[in-house]
Amino acid sequence: MSGLTKKVVALAGMSAFVAGSAVAAELTVVSWGGAYTKSQVEAYHKPWMAQSGHSIISEDYGGGIAEIKAQVESGNVTWDVVDVELSDAIRACDEGLLEEIDHSSLPPAPDGTPAVDDFLPGTLHDCAVANIVWSSVYVYDSSKVRNWNAPKTMADFFNTEAYPGKRGMRKSPKVTMEFALIADGVPTSEVYDVLSTEEGIARAFAKLDTIKDDVIWWEAGAQPPQLLADGEVIFTTAWNGRVFNAVAAEDQSFEMVWDGQIYDLDLWVIPKGSKNVEAALDFVRFSTATEQLANQASWISYGPARASSVPLIGTYHDNPAIQMADHMPTAPGNFANALQNDFEFWADNQDDLNERFNAWLAQ
Amino acid sequence: MDASQPITAADGTPLKKKLAQAMFRSKLRATGLVVPLLAFVLASFVFPILALMWQGIHNDTFERLMPNLTEELRVWDGVSEPTEEMYALLVADLKQNRADKTIGKVASRVNQELAGTRSLFTSTARKSKKLEPPYKDALIKTKKKWGDIKVWQAMKLTNQSLTPGFYATSLDANYTVDQGFVMKEEKRQIYTKLFIRTLIISGSVMLLCLILGYPVAYLLATLPLKYSNLLMIMVLLPFWTSLLVRTTAWIAILQSQGVVNDLLVWIGITGDESRFSLIYNMTGTIIAMTHILLPFMILPLYSVMKTIPPSYMRAARSLGATPTTAFIKVYMPQTVPGIGAGGLLVFILAIGYYITPALVGGQDGQLISNMIAYHMQKSLNWSLAAALGGLLLGGVLFLYWAYDRIIGIDNMKLG
Repeated sequence: MSGLTKKVVALAGMSAFVAGSAVAAELTVVSWGGAYTKSQVEAYHKPWMAQSGHSIISEDYGGGIAEIKAQVESGNVTWDVVDVELSDAIRACDEGLLEEIDHSSLPPAPDGTPAVDDFLPGTLHDCAVANIVWSSVYVYDSSKVRNWNAPKTMADFFNTEAYPGKRGMRKSPKVTMEFALIADGVPTSEVYDVLSTEEGIARAFAKLDTIKDDVIWWEAGAQPPQLLADGEVIFTTAWNGRVFNAVAAEDQSFEMVWDGQIYDLDLWVIPKGSKNVEAALDFVRFSTATEQLANQASWISYGPARASSVPLIGTYHDNPAIQMADHMPTAPGNFANALQNDFEFWADNQDDLNERFNAWLAQ
Repeated sequence: MDASQPITAADGTPLKKKLAQAMFRSKLRATGLVVPLLAFVLASFVFPILALMWQGIHNDTFERLMPNLTEELRVWDGVSEPTEEMYALLVADLKQNRADKTIGKVASRVNQELAGTRSLFTSTARKSKKLEPPYKDALIKTKKKWGDIKVWQAMKLTNQSLTPGFYATSLDANYTVDQGFVMKEEKRQIYTKLFIRTLIISGSVMLLCLILGYPVAYLLATLPLKYSNLLMIMVLLPFWTSLLVRTTAWIAILQSQGVVNDLLVWIGITGDESRFSLIYNMTGTIIAMTHILLPFMILPLYSVMKTIPPSYMRAARSLGATPTTAFIKVYMPQTVPGIGAGGLLVFILAIGYYITPALVGGQDGQLISNMIAYHMQKSLNWSLAAALGGLLLGGVLFLYWAYDRIIGIDNMKLG
């Protein structure tokens, strides 16, 4: 054995000793990239790595369950923890692509409230644990001088007479169709009832027809702030955390219109057959504890999924003048006319509405 | 020596046989050298393509996961009221799928045929343990939809593993139990339009590449070396640059606050409020794709033009032809193999283009390949993606065949 190899073996032995009896695992955690992933790295990954001795590789993806499906079905699972949307979590769980997560193993709140009571209603599922509440809103750039009054309602987004110019929207029927109905005067509580009927779908498309020629469609979450900053659009729909990041970290003067916001969850899931299930479960438990969820909120304006985290939300990590609680989708001033995304409706109708939406786009 | 006697080698075996032996050995060696490549191509190219194509006509999810119901559905006529026995078998299958965590697969498959049935399956399966006979009433009580004959017809359709349904969908038709193939209503048709648009855009890109690339290739082939080398580098440099970089560069140039529009506003051709929409539409797709595919036209043209002796043109001139006539009658016909190769190369690459239209295409610049990617990655309807891909492959093969018949593939020169 050469001297070098001896040294390596000795070092490896030492580090194994330091990490305790368990062999250090290398966890692949997959999320949506940009400011959002950064908030998770700061609030979850770094403290967990320091505490557990494991390491994390952070990867980005664009949502959807295609990659998880491909990995599980080919038996070559390389992702250990993935951040997914609710409807995808439910669907993947139903298809047997995810490990189940025992809710009783999740850490209780600091005052002893069990996790199942501490998490907000609807945030715990058989295979998934929510970490944040995020929201789709629309936004404009208040630094650009225009001769119109600041928009206040969802109807203003669709009003091309008073607000002429291009608009950015996500290229997906989800959220887009709901926005159209809200703008057309449907109360948020009835949106999904209306959308479940043929007339309702026709009504949503008719409303979208009125702005179709003025829409620039975006696909990745980082696009809308860019479109707005470039002056390509006067309004754009966007995810509230991305907009907040552009305002807080990049000094953009974007204003969000919270009327008719549609909120949804992001959840941690573990693909079935992950090679590090134990470490992955430990990471999920650690990151969804009260303190970590509250810490994440100081990096990006997504609301924590635990009730006990809410009072702990502080200021923006880089600027103590920004009170994060005011920028959450769930803040009282923002929450007045909000709609929760109906995962069951979308699980049922996604394929059909996507097909119609694409046909509508192509016309 | 008798001429009828075969010539033999030193050891007495006929020379012919000896030769065959020696040839066999060298053939074996040659084959042995090719085997790794052949195996690689078969395993990583031919087999996956065939497997995917097979998925386009074959999907046995339902048959495999609902083994009890499948026989009964096969004999059911598709119009009469489903029997209590069918409901009982359904419940048995639902229970099993719930236990195996495979109900989502069944639900997804049926939902492809009839929208709005995914939750019908998943939620009923969740409650399936508590269901008591008579099952028909119990199921209809849980979800009224179970009494709907359409749900049963959708199950009967998905029960048929070998199905033309996905190809029908690819051509904007529905495959139904009772009426066979029915075209979809006008406003739900999408794929045929996209196929036609893909052909039109690819054709336009090919023509633009030819118009722009021909003079460049001519200059490359005829200029003195020191100029033509510089020109060649200007052709190759973008060719070596990443596709994504070039596409994003076009976004910066063409967007409404971009270089081109700023310039036009500054010159006064257009007002600040009425800037041109040059990107996120079909115009953007055609401009960006033409630029990206241009080298694929220039290089084959150049390689053909390089071999045309300049003396032919001089001969034509000396026989009294004007420069134009000489060019059209003598020079151009000789470049046809290059035009054919470049045109076919650009057209076939354009037909499968996907990243550039996705980035700069907006709503009317999308191609059929974007739809295939969508079904592979988002809707997870791989069978439909395979059917769309199959049609695209068939189309390309047809064009190749037509090209061979009209111009002749032997005439093509790639380099």
